[in-house]
Amino acid sequence: MPSSNRLEIEVAGLKLRNPTMLAAGILGLTSGTLREVAQAGAGAVVTKSVGLRPRKGYKNPVVVQVECGLINAMGLPNPGIHAFKEVISETKDLGIPLIASIYGFSPEEYAEAASIAVSAGADAVELNLSCPHVGGTGTEICQDPAIAAETVQKVDENMNEPIIVKLSSLVSNIAEISEAVFEAGADAITAINTVRAMAIDIETARPILANKIGGLSGSAIKPIAVRCVYEIFEAVDIPIIGCGGVSTWQDAVEFMLAGASAVQIGTALAYEGLGVFRSIVEGIDSYLERKAYRSAKEIVGLSHRS
Amino acid sequence: MSDFLTEANAMKAVEIKAVKHESPTVKSIFFKDERCSRAKAGQFIMVWVPGIDEIPLGLSSIDASNDLSSVTVSEVGEATTALNRRKTGHLIGIRGPFGNHFEIVGEKVIVVGGGIGIAPLMPLIEELIRERLDVTILSGARTRSELIFLDRLEKTIRNDARLVVTTNDGSYGSRGLVTSYLAKILTSARPDIVYACGPERMIRKVYSLTENYGVPLQASLERIIRCAVGICGSCVIGKYRVCRDGPIFTSEQLREVESELARFKHGFSGKKIPI
Repeated sequence: MPSSNRLEIEVAGLKLRNPTMLAAGILGLTSGTLREVAQAGAGAVVTKSVGLRPRKGYKNPVVVQVECGLINAMGLPNPGIHAFKEVISETKDLGIPLIASIYGFSPEEYAEAASIAVSAGADAVELNLSCPHVGGTGTEICQDPAIAAETVQKVDENMNEPIIVKLSSLVSNIAEISEAVFEAGADAITAINTVRAMAIDIETARPILANKIGGLSGSAIKPIAVRCVYEIFEAVDIPIIGCGGVSTWQDAVEFMLAGASAVQIGTALAYEGLGVFRSIVEGIDSYLERKAYRSAKEIVGLSHRS
Repeated sequence: MSDFLTEANAMKAVEIKAVKHESPTVKSIFFKDERCSRAKAGQFIMVWVPGIDEIPLGLSSIDASNDLSSVTVSEVGEATTALNRRKTGHLIGIRGPFGNHFEIVGEKVIVVGGGIGIAPLMPLIEELIRERLDVTILSGARTRSELIFLDRLEKTIRNDARLVVTTNDGSYGSRGLVTSYLAKILTSARPDIVYACGPERMIRKVYSLTENYGVPLQASLERIIRCAVGICGSCVIGKYRVCRDGPIFTSEQLREVESELARFKHGFSGKKIPI
């Protein structure tokens, strides 16, 4: 595993040993799995999204494979922040930044859950303003710049740790939303969450997911995510974390050239296993070496030069 | 790995070819699927009952010759009850096979099945007997009506294999717990390996016994499985994902998860639930 200085990068005050992160919603519900991901080489981990109260999530099937990725509608299963704070405390000594993904059904709920997460030891929070398959939270919040901004403000009033905001591509103007959350106090933006999608089994003539509609992830959404990162980079001056279809080092580099300081990896873990962190990090390192860059920072947003 | 997983993970509708009553509340459901006919003993599939739920089930037959595979289902909840009401000709969806499998080790083996836990052991037992290994099968249940696969086991037994049946109430076979019988055998015999599947408390007891006697164990564990491809985190035990790293765990791995084995599991919300 390369540990050269050129891979180190800072995102909203968080020092990452390399620009890869575990995406929210993937593993990340127990200390054991978070440690496995850290061991596998990730630069930071994001937990599963946690809210104020426990949720069981939807019935199976919650994940369906399509030609170009996975559609999931887990339904935000989580033990609730009051139970999950134990997992955060147990994992404080992880050695890499531990970011708690937070969702809520109101700005106040986001703020309360976020402050409990950082009190328990999370290094930062990522506000899930973009879950595409649970009503009353997620995408419904980030589709309205005013509510998105209010949510970030409320969270910001309660804590000093960095606030990352995870946005959806399902908005008419992602630059506008980015500006709204930036002005409200966001320290970084993750783009993007999964994209609303569905799959129907033609033999039984039924939607496959129990929730019928879910969020598409994987290589299908990568070009959408790259475009979003590119547009956000033009709009605001805070670090961006690229997310959506990253499975190779080339994907990671492309996101960085579009403006991402780091990338999150999720769906690729189903196909490549945890070894994907190592291969992406090694690939980025070789790329930087071959192109004679001294730091990963040098390629962030490089494609924007005129 | 990745191509295999991509192919196996696609939801596939299959027709139920036969339904066999194994006990008043247990049925085996037979279907034809090329990938399942090539599965290894101990692997599981996800079975979708359209409109109801999708549940993980170990393969109880893997028959390459006539291409019919089966799962065996005990009615414990909405999904299992709905599945057991399906009839020949109905469609179900399957994904898989997933997970690792039992590894055949040594010459002298003991297989321990508790209740419905004997089901995923059946393909292993048939393979062990085909390989002419010295096999002792211990099949236990609470009472006679809950014993399944007696005919199939008796038909399979040949060569150096023997079958011991136990019931807790003594209504059939030897009276007592299957683990008590195992304890008795281990005082005088030293098998090369023990295979086990059943309630987790039974597995815990088998694990304690095999650890005491220094005998390697391969045990099949059960957790809530949702994605089945190792990303959702629902099925974790210690650092392992039952769907991807399991469902078969070796003695070495069981030592690592000893503090969770038969102590607690994660519920649908991820909260710890005592076992």
